[in-house]
Amino acid sequence: MATSYGPLSVWAVIVAGGLATFAIRLSFIHLFGRVDKVPPWLERALVYVPAAVLAALVAPDFAPESATLAALVSPEIVGGVAAVAAAWRTEDVLWTVAAGMAGLHLARFLL
Amino acid sequence: MDSRLPPDLREGVRDTLPLLLGIVPFALVAGVAGVEAGLSPLQTVGLSVVVFAGASQLAAIELLGQDAALGVVVLTVVVINLRMLMYSASIAPYFRDLSARVRAGCAYVLTDQAYALALARYAGERDSDRGSTTRRPYYYLGVALTLWIVWQAGTIVGVVFGAAVPDGWRLGFAVPLVFLALLVPAVSDAPSLAAALVAAAVAVAGAGLPFNAGLIVGAVVGVVTGIAVDEWGIRGASGSGGGGSSDGSAETDRTGGH
Repeated sequence: MATSYGPLSVWAVIVAGGLATFAIRLSFIHLFGRVDKVPPWLERALVYVPAAVLAALVAPDFAPESATLAALVSPEIVGGVAAVAAAWRTEDVLWTVAAGMAGLHLARFLL
Repeated sequence: MDSRLPPDLREGVRDTLPLLLGIVPFALVAGVAGVEAGLSPLQTVGLSVVVFAGASQLAAIELLGQDAALGVVVLTVVVINLRMLMYSASIAPYFRDLSARVRAGCAYVLTDQAYALALARYAGERDSDRGSTTRRPYYYLGVALTLWIVWQAGTIVGVVFGAAVPDGWRLGFAVPLVFLALLVPAVSDAPSLAAALVAAAVAVAGAGLPFNAGLIVGAVVGVVTGIAVDEWGIRGASGSGGGGSSDGSAETDRTGGH
């Protein structure tokens, strides 16, 4: 899944993403005294952004290719289930990635 | 550590060390994933230096690897980092006496962890009334700069490692695994679970759409679902909604500015 974008496009994304992120970080730190609070409606929406965006990002990576039972036991799904279990137990990135990689390779070996 | 450094700075560094166990593998993945997605080593490290926000970096890498529309990649980075608006607003009172340049520097290194540690400390200091304003950024910078250095070093190691490892190891699979590691704790109650499930379903259904519309629409519909379930849940539980959800306790009492 290597990108076919050229260096200029990739750098454009990096710079635009970086500037926007810096603007978000600086926003209230810079403006404090004029604007001192995130509007309540925005704060309320932001609470659900991580769950929604991360789920939308990750779901297509694990979606089975067909709606059959056999497609549900792909190595990726085994790894994903192991990772979710580890994340739930430990809430730790290291253990989650380790469990997911172990599940993936074990399933590739066994299936 | 050099004892000439301000004590607050050293304490910040010290308090950050346990967190590095979680940060280092994340940074390694950011480096490995960049190379796997076809970014050059310099671009991968550049992403870490310029953006310096892990989840959004991995999202950008993942989407670039899929040749998603460039605007969608940037938009996704922005959406993932929007939570920093809350950090910025919440920590701003402690930085208000600093010069514009120092404030800009503090803003650049603002992360989840730096925010969480510094705010816990500043809130405690205010209670015991011992903090002197001039020293305030030192603790924050001790935390934030430690994280910055380790993040960059970890990315570089990941780039080198990722380039050397055979494809059969499937290291690129670590990217969705990191998203899962972040997603699971983010799903803490019924509204956030609903937000995640709906977002995932819409994203899968729309996976073939152009411009990664499935991702964008899924995220938006997910957030709306979370708000709707929250609203409905409060009404269902307490009849006339007592003003805001239960996790509003972190809200600090800010005055002035008008």
